[in-house]
Amino acid sequence: MGSIKLENVSKSFGTVEVIPPLNLDINEGEFVVFVGPSGCGKSTLLRLIAGLEDVTSGTISIDGQDATEIRPARRGLAMVFQSYALYPHMSVRKNIAFPLKMAKLDQAEIDRKVNKAAEVLNLASYIDRRPGQLSGGQRQRVAIGRAIVREPKAFLFDEPLSNLDAALRVNMRLEISELHQNLKTTMVYVTHDQVEAMTMADKIVVLRAGVIEQVGSPLELYRQPANKFVASFIGSPKMNFIDGEAASKYQAHTIGVRPEHLRFSRESGPWKGVVGVAEHLGSDTFLYVTLEGGEQFTVRTVGNAEFHHGDVVYLSAEPENIYRFDENGLAIK
Amino acid sequence: MLSNKTDYRKLLMTLLAWSVGLLIFFPILWTILTSFKTEADAIASPPLFLSFDWTLENYTEVQERSNYFRHFWNSVVISLGSTVLGLLIAIPAAWAMAFVPAKNTKNILMWMLSTKMLPPVGVLIPIFLIFRDTGLLDTLTGLVIVLTLINLPIIVWMLYTYFKEIPGEILEAARMDGATLWSEIIHVLTPMALPGIASTMLLNIILAWNEAFWTLSLTAAKAAPLTAFIASYSSPEGLFYAKLSAASTMAIAPILIMGWFSQKQLVRGLTFGAVK
Repeated sequence: MGSIKLENVSKSFGTVEVIPPLNLDINEGEFVVFVGPSGCGKSTLLRLIAGLEDVTSGTISIDGQDATEIRPARRGLAMVFQSYALYPHMSVRKNIAFPLKMAKLDQAEIDRKVNKAAEVLNLASYIDRRPGQLSGGQRQRVAIGRAIVREPKAFLFDEPLSNLDAALRVNMRLEISELHQNLKTTMVYVTHDQVEAMTMADKIVVLRAGVIEQVGSPLELYRQPANKFVASFIGSPKMNFIDGEAASKYQAHTIGVRPEHLRFSRESGPWKGVVGVAEHLGSDTFLYVTLEGGEQFTVRTVGNAEFHHGDVVYLSAEPENIYRFDENGLAIK
Repeated sequence: MLSNKTDYRKLLMTLLAWSVGLLIFFPILWTILTSFKTEADAIASPPLFLSFDWTLENYTEVQERSNYFRHFWNSVVISLGSTVLGLLIAIPAAWAMAFVPAKNTKNILMWMLSTKMLPPVGVLIPIFLIFRDTGLLDTLTGLVIVLTLINLPIIVWMLYTYFKEIPGEILEAARMDGATLWSEIIHVLTPMALPGIASTMLLNIILAWNEAFWTLSLTAAKAAPLTAFIASYSSPEGLFYAKLSAASTMAIAPILIMGWFSQKQLVRGLTFGAVK
């Protein structure tokens, strides 16, 4: 239960095509993350799966059945929205019970399921409060509670953590991952945060301008990015790129090196540069280096590295850590 | 003690507000006072403000001459009936306009509003003839229908404004939770828009209660509401100010009392959405 298949699905708003025809398979029980910059069509794609938007062409199948024309309520999916979208006039209990009430379950069954969800998500102590009286994290838990009581075929998450502060975001991220381990239900998760994508996903779908740039496991995307866009989007800090002569030595138009793969020396190396800013984070040090050719490089190194503004450094990288791209930005294997 | 500039300013503003308030209320106050005067005192020159012989005879005479309660009941039926019917039509209409707007929604809204700019007398003859041929003249049903149609643009506009304030994601959440269109409107939209719906309802009751043109034109005796009751006192026999005032006071009292008790709701409703 919970496989989703998109075949030649496209979406246009008026004359603007936001998603050109695309194909995608989401397997049962998978945690799939759609990631990409703002406006890349990831939320639209999720809303197409949910049925909140109509596809312009193509078919969406859920568990092998064509669901393209089925209305959202009948698709058996549950969604958690960015704004939580709780019903402000209902208590937490009633919010969670709402989908069950709509499914016309009997009251005893509703109570049992609501209590169980409240227990799983630690909602019991504020079950009779209204959403307005809850903190952001609590509201998000209620939204998740409302989704899990339905026992859906798949969960759809639309940037659920972007309204939370940094510390809470990490907690909720772990909670959602744990929920997935326990429920083993398919989850489709939209985010613009590549850290969320890397840490939570079984499979990442990288989107740009409505087009799928690459699909793969987090480490596949990190190790074998299909193109420059994926290479720069996955990994934090971003991959460094250099064109021209330095790249042609490697028979490429552009080469890329991740900040954590750069080595540095004070005496010699292929790329000479000057440290602009050194950020000492304790565990790591980030050096922002301007190369002789004007390129900006970020270097990630150990926490006790002693570098300061104006220091001259020579950077280098092992050949196996150098990514090569052609003039179209595609990776050269 | 008035210690500084701000306090003086406050006092001045308070006095000004009271003056404007009294000025607006004065005609109503004068009507109420006149209703307790004799016909002679009512037309006395210079006018008598409080120093006259207070009497209730106008009220007894008005009640003897015409059946106040029947008119009152007609007014209640017409204003409540047209309001309920109007809301039943306007809620789904405003829902559609606010949440699934089409290309021409804005134009339709403007067109609806423009019908309120047309002088009602322009459509009097056709409506009168339709009512005559369908037997709706001088019936409560006929008045409920015509007042519903007259006030519908305002109800739709007000509800549209309130509904626009409700985040679409909440309705989408309801859709994902398995709600049908009706459950979505009944369980989610209506309770969330309740303050707005309540003030729309109150305003519409007031508008329907006070509506005179159609109620006078389309009724004779059976379905005549309180507006016709007042009008019957400006008769060919001459103007009897005291009795007319008594009739007017009796006609406006219920709506005045309702307005007084619901003023908080009304003001809140009318300024709803002005400030986020």
